[in-house]
Amino acid sequence: MTSPHDRLRPVRLLALFLFGLVLFGFPLLGLFSRPTTVFGLPLLYVYIFGAWALFIALIAWLVEG
Amino acid sequence: MLDGWTLAIVALLYVGILFVIAWFGDRHGRRWVANPWVYALSLAVYCTAWTFYGSVGRAAVDGIGFLPIYLGPTLAAAVSWVVVRKMVRISKRDRITSIADFLSARFGKSRRLSALVTTVAVVGTLPYLALQLKAVATSYLVLAGGADDGAALIRASALAAVVLAVFAILFGTRHVDLTEPHRGLVLAVAFESVVKLVAFATVGLWVVFVLHDGPGALFGRALERVELAALTELQIDWSTWTWMVLLAWSAVLFLPRQFQMAVVEIVEENHVRRAAWVFPLYLLAINLFVLPIAFAGRLAFDVGGVPTVPPDNFVLELPLAAGQSGLALLVFLGGLSAATSMVIVECVALSTMVANDLVLPWLLRPALARSGRDLGRRLVHIRRWAIVVIVALAQLYLMTLGAEATLVSIGLVSFAAIAQLAPAMLAGLFWPGATRRAVSLALLGGATVWAYTLPLPTLMHGGYLPAAWLETGPLGIGWLRPEALFGLEGLDPIAHAMIWSMLVNVGLLVGVSVIRAPSSREARQAKRFVDVFGPSTTDEPPAWRTATPLRAVRTLLARFLGRERTDRVIADYYGRTVVDDSAIADAVLIDYAERLLAGTTGAASAHVALRSVAEEHHLDRDEVLELLDESARTLATSRELAEKSRQLEHTTAELRNANEQLRELDRMKDDFLATMTHELRTPLTSIRAFTEILYDQPDLATDRRRAFLGIVLKENERLTRLVDQALDLAKIEHDELGTRSREDPTQLLDEALASFSAITERREIAIERRIATDLPAIEIDRDRIMQVVVNLLANATTFCKEWVRIEATVHPNTIEIAVADDGPGVPVADHDTVFDKFHQSETSTGHGSGLGLAICRGIVHRHGGRIWVEPSDRGGARFAFSLPIQSGAAS
Repeated sequence: MTSPHDRLRPVRLLALFLFGLVLFGFPLLGLFSRPTTVFGLPLLYVYIFGAWALFIALIAWLVEG
Repeated sequence: MLDGWTLAIVALLYVGILFVIAWFGDRHGRRWVANPWVYALSLAVYCTAWTFYGSVGRAAVDGIGFLPIYLGPTLAAAVSWVVVRKMVRISKRDRITSIADFLSARFGKSRRLSALVTTVAVVGTLPYLALQLKAVATSYLVLAGGADDGAALIRASALAAVVLAVFAILFGTRHVDLTEPHRGLVLAVAFESVVKLVAFATVGLWVVFVLHDGPGALFGRALERVELAALTELQIDWSTWTWMVLLAWSAVLFLPRQFQMAVVEIVEENHVRRAAWVFPLYLLAINLFVLPIAFAGRLAFDVGGVPTVPPDNFVLELPLAAGQSGLALLVFLGGLSAATSMVIVECVALSTMVANDLVLPWLLRPALARSGRDLGRRLVHIRRWAIVVIVALAQLYLMTLGAEATLVSIGLVSFAAIAQLAPAMLAGLFWPGATRRAVSLALLGGATVWAYTLPLPTLMHGGYLPAAWLETGPLGIGWLRPEALFGLEGLDPIAHAMIWSMLVNVGLLVGVSVIRAPSSREARQAKRFVDVFGPSTTDEPPAWRTATPLRAVRTLLARFLGRERTDRVIADYYGRTVVDDSAIADAVLIDYAERLLAGTTGAASAHVALRSVAEEHHLDRDEVLELLDESARTLATSRELAEKSRQLEHTTAELRNANEQLRELDRMKDDFLATMTHELRTPLTSIRAFTEILYDQPDLATDRRRAFLGIVLKENERLTRLVDQALDLAKIEHDELGTRSREDPTQLLDEALASFSAITERREIAIERRIATDLPAIEIDRDRIMQVVVNLLANATTFCKEWVRIEATVHPNTIEIAVADDGPGVPVADHDTVFDKFHQSETSTGHGSGLGLAICRGIVHRHGGRIWVEPSDRGGARFAFSLPIQSGAAS
C-alpha cells in the first residue's frame, strides 16, 4: 500500500514547481532588485541564493520524506 | 605563464587518469556506479565550459543574467520525480536508448520522425560542442601565453577534438547493446564533476578570501564603481529572463547527453530521488562564486570602465595575474573536466542517434537482404565514425562561425534548438491525443523557425550571407528580417526566436493533433507511454501475425547480437536450450525480439528489421469494421442463446416441480393404501376372531352369542362406513359433486342441529346457536355441505364436555360457518395436519374412520372455500369454514 504522502508526492512536487516559477519569476525578482546591501552583500544576490537554497531544501524534504 | 608543453603533458596526464578511472569503472565499477550520489554527480555533466568560464563572462557584463541557466534545471529537478522517472520507466521497458528513439517509439516507430529528431539534435548541438573545443583551446592559449590568434586557437582545439573523440570512441562504443551500462563512462563523468566543482570553488575562495578580504570587502569595493553597482540589479528584461529559465528547464531534461545520463545510464529508478536535490545543490555550489569572481575580474582588469581581457577568461587570468600558476593549472584542469565530460557524453549520445536513426535506415534493407554479415559489429563501426564526423563538424563550426562569439551566446543557440524537442516530449509523456503527424510537423516547423532566426543571422553577421538582409530582409521583404520576424522588434534574439518557434511548434502540435484523432494503433502506443505507471499496460497483445519459423527470428537476432547471445536469449524465452527451429515463432516472441533489437538499433529500425521476417498485423478500417460487425453478430447470437437457455431452465424447473408433485402424490397414494389396509384389517380381524369363536363353540350361551354377533355387526357397519367414505373421498377429490342449488344456510344449519337434538339431550350438552339473521342464499351442493356440518357437529358432540356452539357470520364476500366446543381442543402443531387423511392426533381416541375431516376439506375446497381450526373461547376447538357468496366456483 502507498501512503498518502506517496500518492500526493507528484502533486506536491508540481505545486513546488509552480512556487518556484513565482520565486524565481520576474515580479518577485523586481522587488529585490534594489541598490541595497545585506551584511555587505547585494540584496538581489542574497535573495536569489537564499530562495534557491530554500527551494532545494523543499525538494529534498518532499522526495526523501 | 606556463610552458605550452608542460600544459599539454598535464592535460594528457589528466585524460590518462580519466582513462584509468573509466577502465576501472568498466571492470569493477558495478558497486560504484550503482549509487545515487554517483548518479547525481553524473547529471552535473550539465555544467560545461559554459558554466566554468562562460558564467563569469556573462556575470561580468550582465550581473545575475547567468543564473536562469541554473534556476531552470532546479525547477526541473522539482518535477524530475514525475518527468524523469516516467522517461526512465518507459525507456527501461522498451529498451530505449536515445531521445530520438524515445519519440519514434512513442509516435508510430516512425523512422522519418527519428531522423528528424536526430538532425535537430545534431545540428542544434554542434555550436555547443564547438563551444567546448573553443574553451579548452582558449584556456590553453591563455595559460601558455602564446600568440593569441585564430590559427593557434584552431590548432589547439583540433588537438582537443582528436583526444576527446578517441576517448568517446574507447569508452562510449564498447557494447553492441546500448542498454548495457557504460559504467566506466559514468564513473569518469562523476569524477570530472567533482574536479570541476573543487577547482571552481577553490579559485572562488581564493579570490574572495585571499585576493580580497572576504565577500563584504570585495562587494564593498565593487559597489563603489557605478557600472559595477548597476550589475547588482537586474540587467535583463523579463521576457529574456523567463525564456532562459524555460530553455534551461527543457535543456536539462531533453539534451541528448542529459537523456543519456539521466535515463539511459541510470542503474536504479530510485536514484532519481537523491539526484532531485543533490543535483540542484551542486548547481548552487558551483555558481556561488561566479559573481564575486566576475567583480574581482572587473576590479582587476578594467581600464576606464571596460575590461581589457575577455571576461570569459577571468577565472584563469585572475590567478595568473597574481602569479599563482599552480592555481591557474587547477582552473585549467577544472575547465578541461567540464569540457571533456560534455564532449564525450554528447558524442556517445549523438553517435547512437546518428547510427541508429540516420545511417541504419539506409543500410538496413540491403544489409538484411545480404545474408551472413555481422551487423552488430558493423553498427559499432558506424557509431565510431559518427563520433569522428560530429567532432569534425564541431571543429568546422568553430573555424567558420564560432571564434568571435561569447560562450554563453553560442550555448543558448543550442538550447533553443533542443527546446524544439520539449513540446513533443511533454506531449509524448502526458498527452495521449498527440499524433505522429502533429509531432513531425511541429518539430519541422519549430526547427525551421529556429534555423531562420538564430543560426541564419550568424551566417549573415559572419559574412557568409549578405549582411544587408538583417536590415532590409531577404530580397528586400521587410517582414522576413530574421531578427525581427513579422516586424517583432526590440527583443533579445533568443526571446525573439523562442516566441516564434514555440508559437509554430506548439501551435502545429496541438492544432494538427486535434484536427485528426490518433489511430487505434497510435492510441494504444500513447496509452503505453502516458499510463506507464497505471495498471495493465504490459499485457497488450503484440501486433504480429505468426507464421514465421523460429529459425528466421534466430538468424536475424544473431546478426545483431551474435550467435551465442541469441541462443541464450531464445533459450531463456522458452525456458529450455533445445528448441525446434522450424516451429512457428509466436507473436510474443517476435515482440520480445523486437524490443531486444531496439536496445541495439533503436525502435524504428528494430521494427523494420522484424518486419523483414514477420508480418505485422495491421488493422485497417474495413477490417476493424468487419471485426466489429462480426462481434456484433456474435453478441446477438449469444444473446439468443442466453434467452433459449433461460427458457430451457424455466421448463426444466416446471418439469422438476411437476415431478416433485407426482412423487408426492405417489407417496401419498402409498401412504393412503397402507393406512387404508391397516384400517380395513382392524375390523376384519375383529370380525374374524368373533366368527371363529361362534363357529368353534356351537354351545355358547345365547346372551354371549348375541353379544358377539352384535360386535360382528358393529364392525361390519364400521367396515362399510369406511369403504363408503373412501369412495366418497375419491369422488370428491375427482371433482364429482352433485348438482348445485341456491340454498338458505340458516335452514340447513337448523336442520342439522335438529338431527342432533336426541344426542344432545341425552348427554346434556348445551347448544348455543349464534346464527346471523341476514345470511344470504348461496349456491351449494346441499347434501355435501350438510355432510360437512354434520361431521363437525358429530366431532364436537363427541369431544365436548357440556357445551357446543354453532355460528354463522357474513363477511363481504363469504359466509363463515363454525362449530366450537369446550373439549380438549387440537394442539397448535396439528392445526394444519388435522385435515389430512387418517390423521391421528395424540388426543384422538380411535373412533372414527380418520377420513371425516379430509372429506370435509375436500368438499369445502370444491366449493371454493377454506376450512381451518383454531382454539375456541372456552378452551376447546373451533372448526370453521368459509363459503363464497357469489358462485361457488370449483377451482
